[in-house]
Amino acid sequence: MESNTQKLVHSFGALADLGQEIADTGDFIEMVRTSLRLLLGTLAIRRGAIVECPAQLETTNPLVLWGLGNDYEARFLIDAATRDAFLTSDKGAFEVAEEGVVKEPALQSFLETHRPEYRVHLIELIVPMIVRGNLTGLVLLGGKASGKPFRSDDIEVIRAMVRHIGVGIHTHRLLAEVKHQADENRRLYFDLRGIYRDTVRAFAAAIDMKDKYTQGHSERVGKYSEIIARELGFGEEEVEGMAIAGYLHDIGKLVVERDIINAPYHIDAKQSSELNRHPAAGFEILSPIHHPYADIPLMARYHHERMDGHGYPDGLTGTQIPLGAKIVTVADSFDAMTTDRPYKTRRSFDEVIRDFRSNTGSQFDPVVVSAFCRALLKELNGETKERRFLKMLGKNYLNAEKDAPLIRKLLTELDPNTTATAAGSA
Amino acid sequence: MRESIGSNVRSHCVGTTAVVYASDYLNKLTGERIEHECKKQLDSGARALVIDFSDTELVNSIGISILLGIIDIAEKSGALVVFSDVNDKIVQLFDMLGLTLHVVLAKDEQEALSGLSSLLTQTRSIGH
Repeated sequence: MESNTQKLVHSFGALADLGQEIADTGDFIEMVRTSLRLLLGTLAIRRGAIVECPAQLETTNPLVLWGLGNDYEARFLIDAATRDAFLTSDKGAFEVAEEGVVKEPALQSFLETHRPEYRVHLIELIVPMIVRGNLTGLVLLGGKASGKPFRSDDIEVIRAMVRHIGVGIHTHRLLAEVKHQADENRRLYFDLRGIYRDTVRAFAAAIDMKDKYTQGHSERVGKYSEIIARELGFGEEEVEGMAIAGYLHDIGKLVVERDIINAPYHIDAKQSSELNRHPAAGFEILSPIHHPYADIPLMARYHHERMDGHGYPDGLTGTQIPLGAKIVTVADSFDAMTTDRPYKTRRSFDEVIRDFRSNTGSQFDPVVVSAFCRALLKELNGETKERRFLKMLGKNYLNAEKDAPLIRKLLTELDPNTTATAAGSA
Repeated sequence: MRESIGSNVRSHCVGTTAVVYASDYLNKLTGERIEHECKKQLDSGARALVIDFSDTELVNSIGISILLGIIDIAEKSGALVVFSDVNDKIVQLFDMLGLTLHVVLAKDEQEALSGLSSLLTQTRSIGH
């Protein structure tokens, strides 16, 4: 093969390899290192470096050095005038040996300043890397293994490859900037969610303050809802949403007379009708807010709906009721049964189980009750890291030996096929 | 004679000469393995490297750069480098790029080893 043709084939191969390397979005420094070695190998250049010229800095940032000795840092000051001179110069490459051929004074000065160190480190050629009118970096190249000077066609090949490398670096930096922005946005988003959660908890506390007998009720319903959602396999964000729905489910009580909420006796029909306004009122309060989680207002509205259609405010049945609302219903009822109320003390655990047994299907969704029972059973069996039920119910309320069989029995009745595997063995 | 195939690179030592076999395509992946093997041999005291190209059909730019790197490292260690059994097409490429100015080419591994043997004996005598 004729030498020129062979050189062309070799250079084209190198350009193709370079394109592939630059398209690889993996390790940035490895991409630059491989690109430099491809460039060096194209003309058998023995040493070189790629330094970056960040727009906001006057000092270059060495990215990759090859064969220049461990003591060489390749850091240069590039002031605005030098930067402009590189951009406007009609020369695409500067040979260190050529003195007095550069017209731009800033460039002349730059090359004069650094010529001694270039000579020490056998650097023969400086090639600016210009991308979209910006000086992205400089490529420093030593001599060819042949010992021959660079020819004009060599310079053309080098410039083409340097442009490619420049685009690769520029693209990577843009992507890094976009990623940084995205990370920053994500951080802000999490901060905002944190603020939102804190605000919601403050609201929950405010709601519960209105009812002196049920302090902490909203927070506990939030926690039970979260536990059930997790047991049902909800994603982390949905679990958080369920906790929020639990915290806010009674927000409508803010518009109900304090005397009715705190009545130490069974309320009459008129008062009951007033109290029953709270789910719809909660929906009205929550609807104008852009919650970061779906359906929070609906869960407040429907948490007193029943499977059999005898609930309120809309008398929905079965599948018409959103699953989230059904979860809040179970969490709300469980907390109501297990805390003292103005007109009655809390029920024992076997009474609670009896209530679940008689009302599952008519009031509660069996899927939700099963999930609640499985989660509770896991804690009683010591399968959970946190003792969340224990914290909320107090240490004397549950008795693993006595209560676990009750739960297992209910689970078997609710769903005989899945109980054994989902809730631990008997 | 020790033989190893660490990192999938075949190599063996004859006295203080390490023979390293290049693969069919000398690119980044295979080149870096050869580079690693050569460095390892030099660190273990090899005074000459024979890189055998009998299986090699193609060398790309990064392969050239890696070979230049090996030549540099060997020069710094005072070791000799011989390329053996290089096909005509690759010899042309090495010639065009000037690599042949820095290495000795041998017809095959045997020629490389015998040539190096006499050279290393001379060097040792001069050293004494």
